[in-house]
Amino acid sequence: MSVSTKYELKLGVATREAFGKALVELGQKDPNVVVCDADLSKSTYTNFFEKEFPERFVECGIAEANMVAIGAGLAAAGKTAFVASFSAFVINKGFEQLRVTAAYPNVPLKVVGTHSGISIGEDGPSQMSIEDLSLACNLPGFTVLAPADEVSMKACIHLAAEIHGPVFVRAGRSKAAIVYTPGTEFHSGGSHQLLDGNDVAIFANGLLVAEAIRAAEALDAEGISARVIDIYCVKPIDRDAIVRASTECRAIVVAEEHLKDTGIGSRVAQVCAETTPCVMEFVGLTTYAESGTPEAVLEHYGLMAKDIVAAVKNVLARKK
Amino acid sequence: MTKTSNPAELAVIAKTVRRHIIEMITAAKSGHPGGSLSATEIVVTLFNDIMKHDPSNPKWADRDRFILGKGHACPVLYSVMAECGYTPVDKLNTFRALGSIYQGHPDVRFIPALEASTGSLGQGLSVGLGMALAAKFNGSPSRTFVVLGDGEIQEGQIWEAAMFGAARKIDNIVCIVDNNRIQLDGFVKDIMPLEPLADKWRSFGWHTIEVDGHDIAALQAAFHEAEATKGMPTCVLAHTVKGKGVSFMENNPKWHGSAPSKEECALALQELA
Ligand SMILES: Cc1ncc(C[n+]2csc(CCOP(=O)(O)OP(=O)(O)O)c2C)c(N)n1
Repeated sequence: MSVSTKYELKLGVATREAFGKALVELGQKDPNVVVCDADLSKSTYTNFFEKEFPERFVECGIAEANMVAIGAGLAAAGKTAFVASFSAFVINKGFEQLRVTAAYPNVPLKVVGTHSGISIGEDGPSQMSIEDLSLACNLPGFTVLAPADEVSMKACIHLAAEIHGPVFVRAGRSKAAIVYTPGTEFHSGGSHQLLDGNDVAIFANGLLVAEAIRAAEALDAEGISARVIDIYCVKPIDRDAIVRASTECRAIVVAEEHLKDTGIGSRVAQVCAETTPCVMEFVGLTTYAESGTPEAVLEHYGLMAKDIVAAVKNVLARKK
Repeated sequence: MTKTSNPAELAVIAKTVRRHIIEMITAAKSGHPGGSLSATEIVVTLFNDIMKHDPSNPKWADRDRFILGKGHACPVLYSVMAECGYTPVDKLNTFRALGSIYQGHPDVRFIPALEASTGSLGQGLSVGLGMALAAKFNGSPSRTFVVLGDGEIQEGQIWEAAMFGAARKIDNIVCIVDNNRIQLDGFVKDIMPLEPLADKWRSFGWHTIEVDGHDIAALQAAFHEAEATKGMPTCVLAHTVKGKGVSFMENNPKWHGSAPSKEECALALQELA
């Protein structure tokens, strides 16, 4: 089967918008859900929830650290509390509060960071969150999710509400290609193998999932069979999928819209090192980016299908 | 660079700056016109009259320093700095494009004459206080000016900085609050009210002067009063209109962060003729 027939990759809504819609569904299901935002509700799309349930929407003003701790207080008192802002602000300004008021006492706060990665584009590096997954993974007890499209984002928000501990969910600004059919299941510690292949395994999440699929199509045309895995749950990570990939493909590429040093690449590599080491290559960022259209910035900083293809060629050259 | 204390001449520069703001945001198809237009007289009065600085020697140790806490309003700063001769005027329309020195928020990697990279609200006043304190350590006459948004001062760090400035008697800093009464999601009074704002700054130990932030002569007087005020920092609470100078942008939260269309740009430029 030609892989190009399997995924149309039609553009859907941005994952932040899917998040906003999922919050409304949650709100309808459960009167216990409350949502906090910090003067960005039009951008995070928590304004959908505010419109439906104004009495359960908590505007905190431009004060992210305070918002995180307010959210933790709401959660500790039994509310299903979501706090949302740009990922760069909620995770960086709120980190100490996340650590002390949510992670360490295991308070089930749900944190959603939107406009993550560099695909926010024109606003530039001060608003680009390229270290959020790393920071979130450095909060013991947190489940960390980075869904790729609107279907998986909706499912992950419902999942976040069901998980008993604290959760961080990463969302993006730009429209995301649709990868999943509605009804697909997602769970903590899960991943989805989107394409089968045995020459190389490509792990990706977020926007890079569609790029990985495009890369696999291009490689298929050259007779290279690439397995593509959406590692949407960054923590706990799907160790079995990694072990299978490293034993069956014996070459792995990890692609992410995040700093390479500390992102999912290092987490996948750790599992490989602990179990079945194999050659690996990493596609990601090495420093702060700059302003530009999302497409121009992703291209300039090497986060496109062609960059994944190049990494695959490198890893295959080293494969024994 | 035009240096003048004549309010009428400064007003002419302000109009040119407003035109740049509209044109560069239109060209970029994104950006923040409202808060750039509200701060125009403030930034022009500082750079073209009050501040001691030298575009041909941007790292002069004793220069006065300027920090735009509300970094999203950088079109006003870029336009004023370009008109002063720091950077090319004819490149303003590359704003927000890949490779442009005119980044979406002030970025010292691209324009070394900027004093700080801002864009995450709430940090500029602290950095400014550090620079003002350094001037004191060095026995330098340098003054530091920091422009903050009224939404921005909801950040707790602002009030930590306010306490610090008063405690350390940092009288070579002036904090200007661009009190345009609108933030991102709407009106400040609906999101997180700040009143009584002048009393807040006074109770934190700042000499506080309320002015019409579009009245250049009043701004000049306030900056001179700040210079004469010893033993405590000064806050200039500048009452402004978000979107000032473009009738359809004035007082309308929509224009916090949206770019005008080509037609809207033409209309705006007519008003700024
Ligand atoms: C820490 C932080 N939180 C949120 C934002 C997103 N943001 C950009 S501008 C803005 C509103 C700012 O309002 P104000 O300070 O009043 O600026 P002005 O009205 O003068 O443009 C917000 C919330 C940000 N840049 N930084």
